Amino acid sequence: MQTEAVARAWREGLSVAIATSAYGLSFGALSIASGLDVWQTIMLSALMFSGGSQFAFIGVIASGGGIAGVASAAMLGLRNALYGMSMRRVVQPRLAMVPLAGHVTIDESTAVALAQSEPRAQRVGFWVTGVGIYLGWNLATVAGALLGDLMGDPKQWGLDAAAAAAFVGLLWPRLKARQAAAVAAASAVLAAALLPVLPSGMPVIVAAAVGVVVGLTNWLGPKHASRLPDGGEGHARAARADGAGRGAGEAAP
Amino acid sequence: MTLWHLILLASIAVLAIKLLGYAVPPRLFEKPRPRRTLELLTVSLLAGLVAVQTLGGDAGLVLDARIPAVLVAAGLFAVRAPFIVAVAAAAAVAALLRQVAGFA
Repeated sequence: MQTEAVARAWREGLSVAIATSAYGLSFGALSIASGLDVWQTIMLSALMFSGGSQFAFIGVIASGGGIAGVASAAMLGLRNALYGMSMRRVVQPRLAMVPLAGHVTIDESTAVALAQSEPRAQRVGFWVTGVGIYLGWNLATVAGALLGDLMGDPKQWGLDAAAAAAFVGLLWPRLKARQAAAVAAASAVLAAALLPVLPSGMPVIVAAAVGVVVGLTNWLGPKHASRLPDGGEGHARAARADGAGRGAGEAAP
Repeated sequence: MTLWHLILLASIAVLAIKLLGYAVPPRLFEKPRPRRTLELLTVSLLAGLVAVQTLGGDAGLVLDARIPAVLVAAGLFAVRAPFIVAVAAAAAVAALLRQVAGFA
């Protein structure tokens, strides 16, 4: 019984890892298009290792922002702290392993771990997914960066549109609730309206206030909030439902 | 600050935040309000980035081939296409519109 659950954790972890790693290719190419060089791109995937934050950073840098890129990446990374809190109990890493566990604590590893039915399978799911994506994502980043280097003018290949589409893909699975959809719409309109007024990178940060205000006041929200974080729970269900296809397609590391 | 400084600063910040999750008492964020706020902050940031990446340009707001490309990608995400397929489709649509239809 136990070995079957563990085997399933391996299967789910590996399939999510493979599917997620594949779009490290798009990150690598887009990073080059944003003006980073190959080594800078590789460094982001190795050291930052959080897809949403990485895409945000290169997006703001591409539009001419500087420190605003750091702020955007850090704010998008805040949810990883939430995942860490639940993974600390699920994974129970030894002290020496905490830095490694922390580094691979991302949407997917959290989701696959939470989708498993017993403690040992949860730990296996976390490590297989996290380490698997770390290796695959970094390899794919190198390949994508080298490819991007060969491509020349990013606009000619539509890479600027691809960058925008990447954010749509990261956002999409988080829009199931009415409250989230309303926040997304308001934030997008506000950011667009601020584009001609504020320096590069700042419209996104100011628009983020919408999420904070609605979150604190629970405006438009359900009366009873769920116990699990939306991201974790939603992705966990998705990862469980059909492994590689949906669970990985939905979120970024 | 050079680009390298920004990269290192941002990377260290993101890594430190991850490790923070293992260090702080879980009670702090177990309540619905901080959880909800963090989730909606993520939604808000991503939506802002969609807008800026789709419409941003030298003259503030720029309407070009990115708009139809992003709409196509959104349609593909809606029918549960894999991430990389939708992103590649957006690139193809924008590239084609620029090559063939003379879009900006």
